[in-house]
Amino acid sequence: MHSRAMDNLRFIRETMERAGALTAVPGWGGFAMGVSALGAAVIASQQTTPKAWLLAWLIEGAVAFLIGAVTLRRKAASLDMAVMSGPARKFALSFTPAVVAAGLLTVVLFRAGLTGAIPGMWLLLYGVGIVSGGTFSIPVVPVMGFSFCILGALALFCPMAWGNAFLAAGFGGFHVVFGYVIARRYGG
Amino acid sequence: MPGTGGMQALTGGGNPIPDFDRLIHERLRLGIVSALAASPSLTFNDLKKSLNTTDGNLSVHARKLEEANYVTCTKSFEGRMPRTEYRLTETGRQALEKYLDHMEALIHAMRDR
Repeated sequence: MHSRAMDNLRFIRETMERAGALTAVPGWGGFAMGVSALGAAVIASQQTTPKAWLLAWLIEGAVAFLIGAVTLRRKAASLDMAVMSGPARKFALSFTPAVVAAGLLTVVLFRAGLTGAIPGMWLLLYGVGIVSGGTFSIPVVPVMGFSFCILGALALFCPMAWGNAFLAAGFGGFHVVFGYVIARRYGG
Repeated sequence: MPGTGGMQALTGGGNPIPDFDRLIHERLRLGIVSALAASPSLTFNDLKKSLNTTDGNLSVHARKLEEANYVTCTKSFEGRMPRTEYRLTETGRQALEKYLDHMEALIHAMRDR
């Protein structure tokens, strides 16, 4: 009887964590990240040196991270969930390696003067991270990840001058569209 | 209250832990109520994925919870696709809280023996 009760409580906790993972994705946060990326694309396109261009996008990365962290925290709090509950922790563990790889490759490509390859690599690896992390989340999240992967792969084989447009379409457009869909379907 | 057919759970020493809610004691129904307690609302497909069950099984058990006013069900269309959305009612939330209290009481009773 004791073990059955313990098993029931464990089942309830795990079910609540799984269900929470379905709705804890901050849709409006994604939307806001998209809007800020569109602004960054405009600013980055006006830069005259690769270093200034890279700096504009790195600042955007930091801003997007902050937006994501704050909105995730707010949404989790509104659902009475721990920010680092089981599924959120799995998402972070799955997503982080791809982002770290992207960071390292950014340094390597920039030093090698291959700045034009950076947008495709960023989109591709961001997509990989989202697909991996999204395995534990709502179906629309891995779909968004695959969309980033496809866009990144395209960007790698297109003229370097299109880099900003690809980044605007991915980090801006995809975040706005998918963020809106998530917000409407999953309570914000 | 609908669905609260009392079920006496006896600990080994004979101490009764009264009134298990039969309706949510069943595993899948407990899963539905727990999942909805963690989200403002969930669609039929979200629940199916979250609980790893079949359409038929989920329909039957969700209907029982709906009849007991533990959950509400809203049907709509998203474009041409039907969309069924479930929410936990206040009655359902209280039933889950009561069930959790009973489980904890049972665990304490067994530990104290």
